[in-house]
Amino acid sequence: MSALQHFLAMGGYAMYVWPAYAVFFAVLVVDGVAPRLRRRRILRELRGRLARQAARERRPSPPAN
Amino acid sequence: MATWIPLWLHKLGSPPTFYRFAGAVMPWAMGLALLFGVIGLYGGLVLAPPDYQQGDAYRIIFIHVPSAWMSMFVYAAMGVSGFVALVWRIKLAEVVAMESAPIGAAFAFITLVTGSLWGKPMWGTWWTWDARLTSELVLLFLYLGVIGLYHAFEDRRQGARAASFLAIIGVINVPIVHFSVVWWNTLHQGSTVNIFGHSKMPWEMLWPLLAMTLATKCWYAASLCRRARTDILALEGGKDWVRAIAEAEGAR
Repeated sequence: MSALQHFLAMGGYAMYVWPAYAVFFAVLVVDGVAPRLRRRRILRELRGRLARQAARERRPSPPAN
Repeated sequence: MATWIPLWLHKLGSPPTFYRFAGAVMPWAMGLALLFGVIGLYGGLVLAPPDYQQGDAYRIIFIHVPSAWMSMFVYAAMGVSGFVALVWRIKLAEVVAMESAPIGAAFAFITLVTGSLWGKPMWGTWWTWDARLTSELVLLFLYLGVIGLYHAFEDRRQGARAASFLAIIGVINVPIVHFSVVWWNTLHQGSTVNIFGHSKMPWEMLWPLLAMTLATKCWYAASLCRRARTDILALEGGKDWVRAIAEAEGAR
């Protein structure tokens, strides 16, 4: 058995050790990515709001019939 | 305001200053988290010898125990900042308390899942309703309760105050989790590492565990900075400095 195979086998406990590490990394990746996506969404919505506001100010308000 | 509080602390409480400060801290905290993480994982998975009883299964300890410590540490941090938020009505303390909750919930979740994966080969069961496991599950539910209560309010600041109150009451569970293995007869093993005394662990196993502990601490600092910055942008959306950021990032 090669050194790598020996390492990956984890003394027969591979099916417990590696899923544990996978969960650890997966959860932390989500924790790192979620605020980045939220930041992008917040700034995009804010830009949309600012653009609509600027458009309203450029155009004179429609005449009331 | 009291004169004994240094001026820089007052300034740090203002959202634009904190936004810049957190932006400067974040890459360093993240860099240290990755550095300690790589060192700790190499030490724990490759260099440390197998346990004489548990073989290689014990290597789950290098993520399980640091995550468990963080689930309690983050809860304490959330409780303290929630207290500050309720007493002094500081907006930034509300942000720190509410943005700590998802990180703490993530660590509590990791603790329960990795513990379950460790328990199956060692105890022969994925789960048992003993004191340590149950109190950690309650800790996860407390985090979820804080997050849920925060989002249940139309007014964000009102929600933050209500959720801070729940967070403070839930602090009682942190010592229960910690001492559960002492107070009750549980299936869970007792503490291996003792800060104030002799640790029942050889150095080759102990130092990777400590490196991973530092890595998770730094990760919390980095994640909290990122989340607090994002939340400040949402709260201060009407202010000129946030509009400038939105327009600068839109131009890119």
